[in-house]
Amino acid sequence: MRWYVVAIYVFLYLPIALIVVFSFNAGRYAMDWQGFSTEWYFKAFANPFAMKALRTSLVVALWTAVLATMLGTLAALGLERMQGWPRRAFDALIYVAIMVPGVVIGIATLIAFVTVFDAVNPFLAGLFGDAAPQLAMGLPTIIGAHVLFNLAVVILIVRARFAGLDRSLIEASEDLYATPFGTFRQVVLPMIFPAILASFLLSFTFSFEDFIIAFFVSGPDSTLPIYIFSSIRRGITPEVNAIGTVVLAASLSLLVIAQFLLRDRNARRPAPDKAA
Amino acid sequence: MRQGRRTGTTALLVGPAAAFFLLLLVLPLAVVVIYSFGERGAAGGYSPAFTFDNYLSLATRGQAFLNTLLLAPLGTLLCALVAFPLAYFLAVKTSPRWRTMLLVLIIVPFWASQLLRIYAWLLILGNRGIPSLLDLLGMDGVRLINTRFAVLLGMVYGYLPLMVFPIYVSLEKLDKRLLEASADLGAGAWGTFRQVTLPMSIAGVATGSLLVFILLMGEFIIPALLGGGKVFFIGNALVDLFLQSRNWPFGAAIAVSMVAIMLATIALYMRFMLGRSGLRQQALV
Repeated sequence: MRWYVVAIYVFLYLPIALIVVFSFNAGRYAMDWQGFSTEWYFKAFANPFAMKALRTSLVVALWTAVLATMLGTLAALGLERMQGWPRRAFDALIYVAIMVPGVVIGIATLIAFVTVFDAVNPFLAGLFGDAAPQLAMGLPTIIGAHVLFNLAVVILIVRARFAGLDRSLIEASEDLYATPFGTFRQVVLPMIFPAILASFLLSFTFSFEDFIIAFFVSGPDSTLPIYIFSSIRRGITPEVNAIGTVVLAASLSLLVIAQFLLRDRNARRPAPDKAA
Repeated sequence: MRQGRRTGTTALLVGPAAAFFLLLLVLPLAVVVIYSFGERGAAGGYSPAFTFDNYLSLATRGQAFLNTLLLAPLGTLLCALVAFPLAYFLAVKTSPRWRTMLLVLIIVPFWASQLLRIYAWLLILGNRGIPSLLDLLGMDGVRLINTRFAVLLGMVYGYLPLMVFPIYVSLEKLDKRLLEASADLGAGAWGTFRQVTLPMSIAGVATGSLLVFILLMGEFIIPALLGGGKVFFIGNALVDLFLQSRNWPFGAAIAVSMVAIMLATIALYMRFMLGRSGLRQQALV
């Protein structure tokens, strides 16, 4: 049993080790070790296309995480107040959004954007003439599709946390003459905060990692996964390994920092908050 | 008046999310259904028509359907078989001190780009990887890359963590005294597993399988990289039809068929796995 578990961990980490090791390869071909070098790290950071893709991915992931968490949390709180068919209809929407595969979400949003743009652009042209702004695929369309994709997940996470809350605290707050907003800010928000944080991190990760949806709606703005995919197609150099290693190192450092901060907070607070 | 204000607030809270779902999901999906009865425009895209031709020519992409419908369920099953002992070990056999760390180590790979990790398998399974090692051992001519085996391996690799977690959660909730009681009552290791452990963790297995199955059905990257041009999925056909050959109506017909098959499979699966054991509540999120 123990050996089985060890074997699984080797299986999980073998490819990652390979990525990291070959990011320090002096040669330019994969699986062809030419000696140790850090040159590809410098090359990666000097490559404007790679850096632009990285920046696009970070911007998209940040906006997606903010918007999806905000709208999803509001919707989860609103859903709690709904009854009857509107609520059932909304629940159905959530499950559709979760069950439809990413590739179909990509197609659906592509069609939606193209249809709207085709309808609006001639109208804009008629209004402003040649100087008319043209709507086209790019950052906003990627963010829109990613928010759609993450909304359902956020709603489910926040709702699960909200369902486990002690309602008497809310009633107590109302009895003590708190305004609805006061109750929200001082009672509900602190209690659902772990779920909000988890939603934010999850949406950020999903958005940063997504390839297939962005592939359909990115237009000329490549995200990092799209850049990596086209590099693999062209013949990959250790430059891409270097970028992958940097991203992994950055997320691991964030994880360690977050762990450190949470432990610090938990040490000061008597009740540890594990469930999110 | 108060009631009206309350409804107004609720609408404001739910409104933006509802707008996203309606405008970017429901309406576009309806449009996909309409497109699937249309014709390819002269320059690609869509031109209005009412024809069943797209559905009648689904068979020309039969191989993609066959691969997906064969490998997605098989990959889900393999994933569950590989994940269960690991989840069991973590939940039952590991001391709490090591447990958190081992659990975190299962998620960490997710933060290295999925594309790069699958690409690494392309190198491991490629001709300069394992086959060249086997060559040294005297087994030459072994081909691993661009086979169904490679795609299956990539699928298990890619989605194992998603399977481990739900199973781990359900096993963790299992009262360890039940295992002792079962042993005390004379059940062997296998008997305890079959009659206590498995039934009590089936909800976790069901959740994990559903999650992994949904993701595998729409998979694109793994077959694209590890299957080469040989083993492709419906996802690959859709990318081709929407972005390369721009035959949107045919692509729409394939997408509609895929979603229909998925929904039917999931409905059957839920009825089979959950319906009779009364676990519906637990298993869904």
